[in-house]
Amino acid sequence: MNRLPSQSTLENAGEGARQVAELFYAMTIGGAVIWLIVIGLAVYAIFQPTRHNAIKTRLLVIGGGAVFPTIVLTGLLSYGLAMLPDLQRPAPEGSQVIEVAGVRWWWRVTYRLPTGDRIETANEIHLPVNEAVEFKLTSEDVIHTFWIPSIGGKVDMIPGRENRLKLFPTKVGHYRGVCAEFCGAAHAQMSFDVIVETREEFDKWLSQLQTPAAGQSHRGHAVFAGRGCGACHSIRGTSSDGVVGPDLTHVGSRRSIGAAILPNEPANLKHWIRNTCEVKPGVEMPSFEAISSDELDALVDYLGSLR
Amino acid sequence: MSKPMERHAQSEPRPMRQQLWWIALGPSIWAVHFLACYLTAAIWCEKFASAGSANSPLWWLIGVYSVIALVGLIVVSVMSFRSFRRGDPPVSYDFDDPHERTPFLGFTAYLLSLLSIVATLFTVLVFLLVRSCD
Repeated sequence: MNRLPSQSTLENAGEGARQVAELFYAMTIGGAVIWLIVIGLAVYAIFQPTRHNAIKTRLLVIGGGAVFPTIVLTGLLSYGLAMLPDLQRPAPEGSQVIEVAGVRWWWRVTYRLPTGDRIETANEIHLPVNEAVEFKLTSEDVIHTFWIPSIGGKVDMIPGRENRLKLFPTKVGHYRGVCAEFCGAAHAQMSFDVIVETREEFDKWLSQLQTPAAGQSHRGHAVFAGRGCGACHSIRGTSSDGVVGPDLTHVGSRRSIGAAILPNEPANLKHWIRNTCEVKPGVEMPSFEAISSDELDALVDYLGSLR
Repeated sequence: MSKPMERHAQSEPRPMRQQLWWIALGPSIWAVHFLACYLTAAIWCEKFASAGSANSPLWWLIGVYSVIALVGLIVVSVMSFRSFRRGDPPVSYDFDDPHERTPFLGFTAYLLSLLSIVATLFTVLVFLLVRSCD
């Protein structure tokens, strides 16, 4: 059985997530110790038969009830706050910059290239391992939150504002990112794939991403154009240049469809095109229920060839 | 000695320290300090700060706010402690007359002002540990 990509801060693969996990463990252990002390004192108070010493009791109330919690809270607050400056520091000059826009309910991902060009993809983010990456986060409709639990902390995406986030992935692998702010009916179906790979693999993928799509003579391309898919979706190198939905130039090479809700397999793609609104309630794309099997086969074959 | 209700009816207009408002003073100083720090930092970071820039005017302003707030809180706590410890050792404060009201208000205000001092120092801690506007 295939293992699903990790979506846990405790199984961390990034600098930010490691620190968040450490904070979690410190809080959990600290909380457990305090709980044991409080319950231990309660048990002691119940079973201690003789009258307590008045001065010691007063000291315990002041010390245990006010001084000790203040010291513990100050320690925890300082520990948590001390992590922030490093996590918030922008990635060094020359780092890869990736713009991500939250859209109900998918992710528009744009890579800024060293040449100044920008290249768009969707719902899948590739990152080079052991390098800082700078994210510029925006929203096109409502408030979303960008979160890759295994790699770092989460940051809100707010309409009309650009927030930034630095991530530093440390382990090659396949991870899952999610929207962490309720944003409507299909909020739980707004995910994305994150692939952390070596610099060589990343460069290869990025140069592949820049190439326009091939296969315009494919019959599925005619179905795509004839059914009006290009009004919403872009396929670079063809006349389809819609910006309402995800860019599909290399959709065949992606691991999943529908914002990481189904594996990218022909059967799933067919199910998605015919029953879009059933698979993802509230989605803007209409269900193409009336498409013939023949057309659907050609279309899915074409989309699968866009690698 | 007259009954508590009679004493209540005869009581003179009370000074500030014997009014219920007194206990809100400590938390109010904390709240105003918090709001002032928040607004100042928000405006400074949005309008004047750039990446990696020194934020010394911001630190000065936060420092001035904090000194004023802490001096105010210490004064309130000392005055409250004196009200609390005035007269006999505290008993249960059941009646609304100056004899019982003053220590009750003093004790409550004293504890709240101590809490406000801690809360104000926590606000300052944020500025000490997170030094940038990033």
